[in-house]
Amino acid sequence: MTKEPKPSDTLLLEMSHIDKSFPGVHALKNVSMKLHRGEVLGLVGENGAGKSTLIKVLGGAHPPDGGEILIEGQPVNIPSPTAAQQAGVSIIYQEFNLIPDLTVRENIFLGREKTRMGLVRAAEEHQKTLELFKKIGINIDANARCSELTVAQQQTVEIAKALSVNAKIIVMDEPTATLTTQETEHLFAIVRDLKSHGLGIIYISHRLDEIFEVADRAMVLRDGEHVDTQDINNITREKLIEMMVGRPVESEFPKRSASLGRERLRVEDLCRGKAVRNVSFSARAGEVLGFAGLVGAGRTETMRLIFGADKPDKGRIFINGRKTDIRSPGDAIRNRICLLTEDRKGQGLVLIHSCRENFGLPNLDRLVRGMFLDQRRERKEFSVFVESLKIKTSSQEQLTMNLSGGNQQKVVLSKWLARNADIMIFDEPTRGIDVGTKYEIYLLMNRLADEGKTIIMISSELPEILGLSDRIIVMHEGRVKGEITDVPNSTQEDILSMAIA
Amino acid sequence: MTRKLLSDYGMFFVLLLLCVLFSVLTLKEQMPEGSDAAARLIEQINNEFKKSDIILVVGAVNTGSGPFAEAMFEDLRGEGFSNVEKVVGIPRDLKLKLDDIRAKGGVLAAIATTGDVPKWLVIELIPEKYPEFSGYKVLAPKSYMWPVFLKRSNLLAIVDRIVVIALIAIGMTMVIITAGIDLSVGSLIALSAVIGTLLMKKMGGLHASGWVVLIGFLVGILSCGIVGALGGLVVARFKVAPFITTLGIMMMARGLAFMITGGFSIYQVPKALPWLGQGYSLGIPNTVVLLVVLYVAAHIFMAHTRMGRYIYAVGGNKEAARLSGVPVKFVIVFVYIISSLAAGLGGCIQASQLNTGTPNIGIMYELYVIAAVVVGGTSLSGGSGRILGTLIGAFIISVIQNGMNLLGIESYTQQVVLGAVILGAVLLDKARSSGGMLAFLHKKKKY
Repeated sequence: MTKEPKPSDTLLLEMSHIDKSFPGVHALKNVSMKLHRGEVLGLVGENGAGKSTLIKVLGGAHPPDGGEILIEGQPVNIPSPTAAQQAGVSIIYQEFNLIPDLTVRENIFLGREKTRMGLVRAAEEHQKTLELFKKIGINIDANARCSELTVAQQQTVEIAKALSVNAKIIVMDEPTATLTTQETEHLFAIVRDLKSHGLGIIYISHRLDEIFEVADRAMVLRDGEHVDTQDINNITREKLIEMMVGRPVESEFPKRSASLGRERLRVEDLCRGKAVRNVSFSARAGEVLGFAGLVGAGRTETMRLIFGADKPDKGRIFINGRKTDIRSPGDAIRNRICLLTEDRKGQGLVLIHSCRENFGLPNLDRLVRGMFLDQRRERKEFSVFVESLKIKTSSQEQLTMNLSGGNQQKVVLSKWLARNADIMIFDEPTRGIDVGTKYEIYLLMNRLADEGKTIIMISSELPEILGLSDRIIVMHEGRVKGEITDVPNSTQEDILSMAIA
Repeated sequence: MTRKLLSDYGMFFVLLLLCVLFSVLTLKEQMPEGSDAAARLIEQINNEFKKSDIILVVGAVNTGSGPFAEAMFEDLRGEGFSNVEKVVGIPRDLKLKLDDIRAKGGVLAAIATTGDVPKWLVIELIPEKYPEFSGYKVLAPKSYMWPVFLKRSNLLAIVDRIVVIALIAIGMTMVIITAGIDLSVGSLIALSAVIGTLLMKKMGGLHASGWVVLIGFLVGILSCGIVGALGGLVVARFKVAPFITTLGIMMMARGLAFMITGGFSIYQVPKALPWLGQGYSLGIPNTVVLLVVLYVAAHIFMAHTRMGRYIYAVGGNKEAARLSGVPVKFVIVFVYIISSLAAGLGGCIQASQLNTGTPNIGIMYELYVIAAVVVGGTSLSGGSGRILGTLIGAFIISVIQNGMNLLGIESYTQQVVLGAVILGAVLLDKARSSGGMLAFLHKKKKY
């Protein structure tokens, strides 16, 4: 680690006794926080702990019911996002606010265009953009359209945009969720640079490793209450998780003794364009097979081919030793394969439909009596899963868009568990899900493997993939780069060295 | 339960409200008409008059008092009255009859009638012009207050007016639930009507049997189904926007309809043609029977079958549906076929109502159909909507048009009002779904 800029003692932001209620939910209970100049405050907590609400109060999206916000000692009133910007607060959300069809420069100056007689002074804007980029040490074409940029580049544009309005406080909400390891490293470098310029940063992440790497202090919220704020050097990972969950956690990854059966799935020479090149592998009954690699390594694309979601250029798939033609997801489902997609909202759920209807969707062929749907059986089957998976919903008719991320994932799980598939593909099953629910999902995957199912898990979180897999396949640029069979004696570095080079 | 009903069919209450409103506004003194009213008068005549008295039964031509007069005449004869005279016509016919009676030296004892007849000038002037009839009486059944809107004949007119649009709206609802749109239905009405009637003309024309009508209808409907299948394939397979695909079909189908007939109407149609659109079975119009049967079937299909659920899923999230094993392309082609078949059936009914096949029927119907679907609470962004809501939407449109006609509002104003009501209905629906009217009005700006 290079020289770490030390935070100063000057108080930049103070939020004191913030209270906020929504109908039926007391989202924030008397929460106070302090942020110093040149400090990175890691904000952690499970889903629904109140992190987003706190940030939205600061960003002017939700006015607080009670409490006070002081910036540089002055009480401020933040009734709107514009007011937040004027007060020096910039929030970079998970979903970026960039307009894809405008250039980098146009996005940075959106709404604040430099004009003379109604005409935009592009040259001046361009100059300013370059200065900003130089300040944070990045190299992006200011005239490129934002749709052409990678996610990481878009993020740095957001940061540049924040700086261009003279932000003193930058809030980053899950900034690394879709970044590769190198991109994450680069982001950290920028964060440290911002620190050295005296900015205060609030950093929200589910990935505790990052909190330990980049934050100076960690603040824990649970059920809308401030649990504690600790200097990062005075706290262990275990202790942090314990504070988040509210009870001691024995192990992040449940242990299991695998008993492997016969070969269940074999893939030979699977190809699709540049994304998937000559991928071959096999998986056995009772096995948890991890797929590691950088974002864009072709893992998701490979699984989509196996599931029939895309058409392969060539390749053969064998299930239980028999060559099987899979032309559509329907074919895959009939061959007892299921896929939990990484994009829950876009591909896993019909958000405007109820939990029950989402549960039923892939199971309707079983849930008919004669010509008609047997909705009573549908409700009965689903209620079993609501109970066993502990899905928190007011009723089966609750729209899935109103559920938290963890519960949405459980609804997706329920619909596939009801299919009783033999080969279950989990693509980033715990992304954006809180620690408690993660553990439940791990236990479930272990149980399924014990029942003799073949589990394929794609994950970008190396500790997770090392903690759960019986065997790991590493992909790089569409190819299988290597395989790790002795998982307990392997390290993250072993995977990374294969995934990068 | 009531809450769910309210949220699912809130528009039902709008419809009820409209009906109440128009009922109150069109409340009017009514005279009993038809044969039932006649029976009540007979008793009075039996008591007050001798069998030999001259009794004149009067009915106005082409109104409810006509059948009344016919029935009255027969009944009085049956009761043994020997000098009953009958006039069914215009006031001048009555005057001629009165002159005739006077010429024969008869003395008028009573005039039995109903409806507007007692207000005829001829009758009011009898004491002046015919002093010799001094002892006569005008007999009419007791009048009562009843809204014109709720008269049987008016209610049937409402159904008649909307039946084609309501039927086609079934298919349109399914298409819109998949987040599509079908602009071709108006033209397909014409295409189906023209193909059907042309076939009937070729197969015997005026003298052809009912079977020929059936064949003509089926061929017309199936032709539309084929067009719909092609459109659905273009949408599903080649991912052309439904708006453009069906816009193209709309123009082509209209042009084809004109090409087939050379621009003329087809009048040489079998006598059985009007049965579907104008006939009755067991006292109920055939169109009403058809409407009820198809709506019940469509409701069950959408709410209780696998395919129905798939249609909702495709509209709600096409990719999630596909990855759950839903045959998305098949579902899309299916709904466009249903929509086109419904339009074809609508064309048959329209041809039957008009007793002819004309290439310029159904113009603008696609927009009324879409309006009915949207007023009925189906979202244009797909994934949600109710079949029975669409029926209510169609009736709201028809009731508004009918009510305004009854109130004598001229047609330009009618268009403005109808447009405003459609917008208002949709706004109301949005307000309801976003947590009630009050919340809607007080909603804070969203950032």
